[in-house]
Amino acid sequence: MATAKDRAQASAGSGLNDDIGEAKRLELYRTQVVIREAEQRAFDLFLQNLVKGTSHLSLGQEAVAAGFAGAMKPGDLSFCTYRGHAHTLARGVSVEKVLGELMQRDNGLMRGKGGSMHLTSAEHGVMGSYAIIGAHLPIACGAAWRAQYKGAKDVSVCFFGDGTTNIGAFHEALNFAAVWKLPVIFVCENNLYMEYTPIGDVTAVPHPAGDRAASYGLERVIVDGNDADVVYRTAQAAFDKARAGGGPSLIECLTYRHSGHSRADPAKYRPEGELERWKERDPIKIYKERLKQFGIAENVINDIDTDVKRVVDDATEACKAAPVPPVDILTTDVYADGGWAWRN
Amino acid sequence: MAELTYRDAVIRGIAQEMERDPDVVFLGEDVAKAGGVFKATVGLFEQFGPLRVRDTPISEQAIMGAAMGAAMTGLKPIAEIMFSDFFAVCFDYIANEFPKSRYMSNGQLKCPLVVRTGNGAGSRFGAQHSQSVENWCMMIPGLKVVAPSSPRDVIGLLAAAVRDPDPVIFFEHKSLYATKGEVPDGEIVDQLGTAKILRPGTDATILALALMVPRALAAAEKLQAEHGINAEVVDVRSLVPLDTQTILGSVARTHRLFTVEENPRLCGWGAEIVSIVADEAFYDLDGPPVRITTPHIPLPAADNLEDIVLPTVDRIVETVRRSLGS
Repeated sequence: MATAKDRAQASAGSGLNDDIGEAKRLELYRTQVVIREAEQRAFDLFLQNLVKGTSHLSLGQEAVAAGFAGAMKPGDLSFCTYRGHAHTLARGVSVEKVLGELMQRDNGLMRGKGGSMHLTSAEHGVMGSYAIIGAHLPIACGAAWRAQYKGAKDVSVCFFGDGTTNIGAFHEALNFAAVWKLPVIFVCENNLYMEYTPIGDVTAVPHPAGDRAASYGLERVIVDGNDADVVYRTAQAAFDKARAGGGPSLIECLTYRHSGHSRADPAKYRPEGELERWKERDPIKIYKERLKQFGIAENVINDIDTDVKRVVDDATEACKAAPVPPVDILTTDVYADGGWAWRN
Repeated sequence: MAELTYRDAVIRGIAQEMERDPDVVFLGEDVAKAGGVFKATVGLFEQFGPLRVRDTPISEQAIMGAAMGAAMTGLKPIAEIMFSDFFAVCFDYIANEFPKSRYMSNGQLKCPLVVRTGNGAGSRFGAQHSQSVENWCMMIPGLKVVAPSSPRDVIGLLAAAVRDPDPVIFFEHKSLYATKGEVPDGEIVDQLGTAKILRPGTDATILALALMVPRALAAAEKLQAEHGINAEVVDVRSLVPLDTQTILGSVARTHRLFTVEENPRLCGWGAEIVSIVADEAFYDLDGPPVRITTPHIPLPAADNLEDIVLPTVDRIVETVRRSLGS
């Protein structure tokens, strides 16, 4: 009789040299730990009043960001929401740049001009984080249209929450992408809550993205968003389809956010025990087990943990020491000439 | 030199830029195979093909978003929103996305696109297909806003808009599509941010935009013929950037300012200009600046009612005459 461990191993692959392989698995693990540690640090820095404004954490949802970023090629484009720290970090943007922006320092990704909800790093393919729900789905379509028109092979990936599926732009973008057969992947992170309200209370179908796919002639894809291997393989299939000219995909990743909607939200609306049950399925816990099942030595895993903690500590110190943005950037980059002149 | 309609000038302007630059693409509702509901894009689909001239669903957010995504990543899209009233269903892109991405990203992102739209009254379409909404856009930092009044300016300002690295909202006036004007042969490229003195004068400055320009010109002729008032008519053309130097220079010569605005009175573009003149040229004025606008009401459909609410030649003449006390 097969043990639980055997079954897990069989479901995850057939050993170190399976389709994912050791190097990719270590990368997926490290990405998740970077996100976890950086966001946990962001939360701690709130409490010290060093992170200003609002912030929307992805604690518990790391596998989605890691799995997709792991399947991307250089040149692929990410379009994120205000809950975009995870996807930004997953593309390789430094923790210091992200924390610096959250702390609104001059060393931040956008030197404090954008803030937590608008993380952007064009050089890493992070083409913006958008704080108006749904806005970036059509924008991702446009980037994909450019790839189609130019014959480029890059794919645009658009991440959003379950709540986004109830706004008009979602439906406009899905139809548009399907009709134009655009190389774009729509990734719904269904974390069960639109903000404070359970998504099921405000949505006509049980699966806010998956159950809408048929409306746009797309396949219904609903996957375990807490298992980075599952996400990675799902992402790869969608990338292959997009690059081959097969058009868009809509993927619903089932996951759960461990924190509230934003820094203002203690998430008291959760039913008793729900958070604890999901923490049993913590993506990092799942993935650590996975690595062990594949025979990766504990010290290799611990070294990653230790190294990431050091990176986050160093970034924190660098941000604390960084100056606030100089006043002279207040009026730069309103227009393409670098300035803000609206009259002569 | 040839006589061209304003409508055909739109076609020529788009074609000029698409011929010049293969990165210029065009999308909108009914714009390709049907040639546009105002017939202002006829022949472009046949000339440039289905990859560059594309029909969209009735999805204004998708049109605007797709234009932005394409612009951010290297194309130079021209998007059409059929009626400017529909800006209200995709205003997020106008207010939050196009104009802020460069700033928020500290210069990492760009948004070089043009949104063309049918603006203004005169077609008896009622309150949701007749508005002049240029002031909705003028108030947003990061946008450029243009509204040509003649076929020649349509081509030149459209070319300037397409070549501009910023998002430009390009207001075409529905009631001007059938009007004609002389247009030089060959490439025409104008400059954003420039007003034009169409009729020099000494007694009063009349600022106008789009459909109000021919009315202001007709009013100036009447003022001269019937009342001996020599008015200067300035076509503002570009609300952002705003050519305040031409406006202030004109006021310094005539000492009186009138604005003729199709937009409803509150927060119309003339209010901003009057405020600038009051700030910077108060002592040039011999009398109060006067705004001639559509009243602060929704637009009616009936022709006799619509005709009353828009500034007319007679209303302009009467207002200027009374104000100058002659």
